Amino acid sequence: MRSDAMPDPVPAFTRAATVAAKPPAKPAGKLATTPPDGVDACTAALIASHAARPGALLPLLHAIQDALGFIAPESVGAIAQALNLSRAEVHGVITYYPHFRTAVPARHTLEVCRAESCQAMGGDALADHIRQRLGCEFHGAHATRAVGLEAVYCLGLCAQSPAIAIDGIAHARMTPARIDRLLDPLLAESKDASSIVQGSGDAGHLLQASHREQEAP
Amino acid sequence: MNTPHVFPPRDAANSTMPDLRVVSAPPIRVFVPRDTAALAVGADAVAQAICDEAAARGLSIDVVRNGSRGLLWLETLVEVDRLGVRHAYGPVYPEDVGGLFDAGFLQGAAHALAHGPTEAIPYLARQQRFTFARVGITDPLSLDDYAALDGFRGLRNALMQSGEEIVAAVTESGLRGRGGAAFPTGIKWKTVLQAPSDTKYIVCNADEGDSGTFADRMLMEGDPYVLIEGMTIAGLAVGAEYGYLYVRSEYPQAIATLEAAIALARQAGYLGADILSSGRSFDLEVRKGAGSYVCGEETALLESLEGKRGVVRAKPPLPAVAGLFGRPTVINNVITFASVPIVLDRGAAFYRDAGMGRSRGTLPFQLAGNLKQGGLVECAFGVTLHDLLYEFGGGSASGRPLRAVQVGGPLGAYLPAAQWNVPMDYESLAGLGGVLGHGGLVAFDDSVDMAKMARYAMAFCAVESCGKCTPCRIGSTRGVEVVDKIVAGQQRSRQIQLLRSLCDTMVNGSLCAMGSMTPYPVLSALNHFPEDFGDAQHVQAA
Repeated sequence: MRSDAMPDPVPAFTRAATVAAKPPAKPAGKLATTPPDGVDACTAALIASHAARPGALLPLLHAIQDALGFIAPESVGAIAQALNLSRAEVHGVITYYPHFRTAVPARHTLEVCRAESCQAMGGDALADHIRQRLGCEFHGAHATRAVGLEAVYCLGLCAQSPAIAIDGIAHARMTPARIDRLLDPLLAESKDASSIVQGSGDAGHLLQASHREQEAP
Repeated sequence: MNTPHVFPPRDAANSTMPDLRVVSAPPIRVFVPRDTAALAVGADAVAQAICDEAAARGLSIDVVRNGSRGLLWLETLVEVDRLGVRHAYGPVYPEDVGGLFDAGFLQGAAHALAHGPTEAIPYLARQQRFTFARVGITDPLSLDDYAALDGFRGLRNALMQSGEEIVAAVTESGLRGRGGAAFPTGIKWKTVLQAPSDTKYIVCNADEGDSGTFADRMLMEGDPYVLIEGMTIAGLAVGAEYGYLYVRSEYPQAIATLEAAIALARQAGYLGADILSSGRSFDLEVRKGAGSYVCGEETALLESLEGKRGVVRAKPPLPAVAGLFGRPTVINNVITFASVPIVLDRGAAFYRDAGMGRSRGTLPFQLAGNLKQGGLVECAFGVTLHDLLYEFGGGSASGRPLRAVQVGGPLGAYLPAAQWNVPMDYESLAGLGGVLGHGGLVAFDDSVDMAKMARYAMAFCAVESCGKCTPCRIGSTRGVEVVDKIVAGQQRSRQIQLLRSLCDTMVNGSLCAMGSMTPYPVLSALNHFPEDFGDAQHVQAA
């Protein structure tokens, strides 16, 4: 029987602990070879650690995007070579899946569910409000690049529509007032560049503010 | 993207910290769910507030992070264990916590948010929970909790049986694929069992992309071991030693929970090279999707697992003959696998005795959209849609009359009120030109514009089509244009004829359900709600 490493227990309930528990972005360990031109050491290390897995391409692309925030087009050649694929095949996979990005994203990503259940609960009006608030369309970003706006087709919170996610953390029963409370601090960050902290998209603490007062339109 | 929070199971905590207070009164157990549905409305902050308040008052409590009971309009649903009976309070927000302590909720006292004993709440009491028997009751990662409520009994039985015997039990139970296609599970397994190959795979389709569905997510987050057990039994049945769980990237909490559960199960000997010292081997890993809806189609999912674009394969060969990496593969939905342990534990007849017609057992229905009491309702097949909408769902959330219900996800038909007496089983829905699918219902009130919903169905297909077959790839875009012309009144009756012809081509000419079922919501909207498409007389004349 294998005795794989257990996940570290996380002592607190807070989402702050979630962020703190985020694994180090860059894997340890040195590379045996110098990475090819345009490929940073992190990408090269991830390629090396994933190449032998069956069906390695998706897990590898996830690992690269999780570490760097996007998949640099310059790394396509190295990925293709390591996995014995053509560049076209790798490019094809990256561009096929909506989750993968090939450019630096905005500091925070706001995903707004556009599917039927959220439409049944005022999702279109909420999306209009968000577009107006951020001054951008879907797949665009606020002028300061503090928040990027993406559509998502279902977060699995359909009994509590409408739902959104900020940096992968889901929030349900949204109203324009509640979304503003979540967006305000993210947009304020850009005004004070020194306060920008990676991962501060966790806005769970805001939910400690009174909810019932917000119910009124 | 943030790494989701994985709460440590209480077993692990207890093993390192022996409880020395056994002689005094044990701490009162308070349950605060860790399901995404609860986290998304502030459950972490509620749990923290309860801990802080108890500490400030010098009270000893044990906060358990359980799965969700599925009463989702009441989330965050906090429960207090009072002499072995759990009392429910909800929806609780952090600012309510002080008042709950003041009222004496730790003693199960009355409060504006109190609902009495959880099990007696009619929404829960009227359900028949087979697959979701433990969800919401246990700490999802606690192997002790799982075993205490009949966990791994099905696996232990399976280890004493031959592959043929396991397959026979699953066949006899009448279990059909819960992902939507409803193919008999036993027959699929038998094909894989009989396929000659030294390597076979078990694949779980956890790419739950349908709007209005969340049963897979709730099960993975609330009772991951039952899924692991079901997949292991499938491996024993067909002679496969490795499995993949393909989970959509939109479900980070489910992925984290499954990965933690797999590690714990492996450590305890339920997975690995020698399962429960039987000499049999089976292991699992989680693979993450990347936002493609069509990867919920089984062959597209296999392509994606192989590291390719999630493009649909032509069938035959069936995945059961040549599936993942060209090997015989059992690919089933989360709920299908999770329904297997109870069949092996209680017997095929026990499961088969529930249900109606050729739809045996139970289905977790998911009540979503504009309903007052949205949530998960596991019932035997045969409950009527009307009962689900009104007896369970409580009618619309908005207070306006309900007008349309989409059953079975984005590819399911919109049903008007006249059809709501339909019993919910596969054949009855098919008789109405609809599908039961994965059991999701999305309700709309009378403010809905059904032409807009028809257009959305085509637009969604255009966004998500894998592009392999022409009817789906091009038909969906043409469909959006035609609906726009109908709504604008441009040659309306001719355009309606054109839309019907286009839908006919898509139904009969597409490779998979994406293209062949997109016409279901479109045509049902047109047929049942012609007034939304413009001049009703013209519509009916067409």
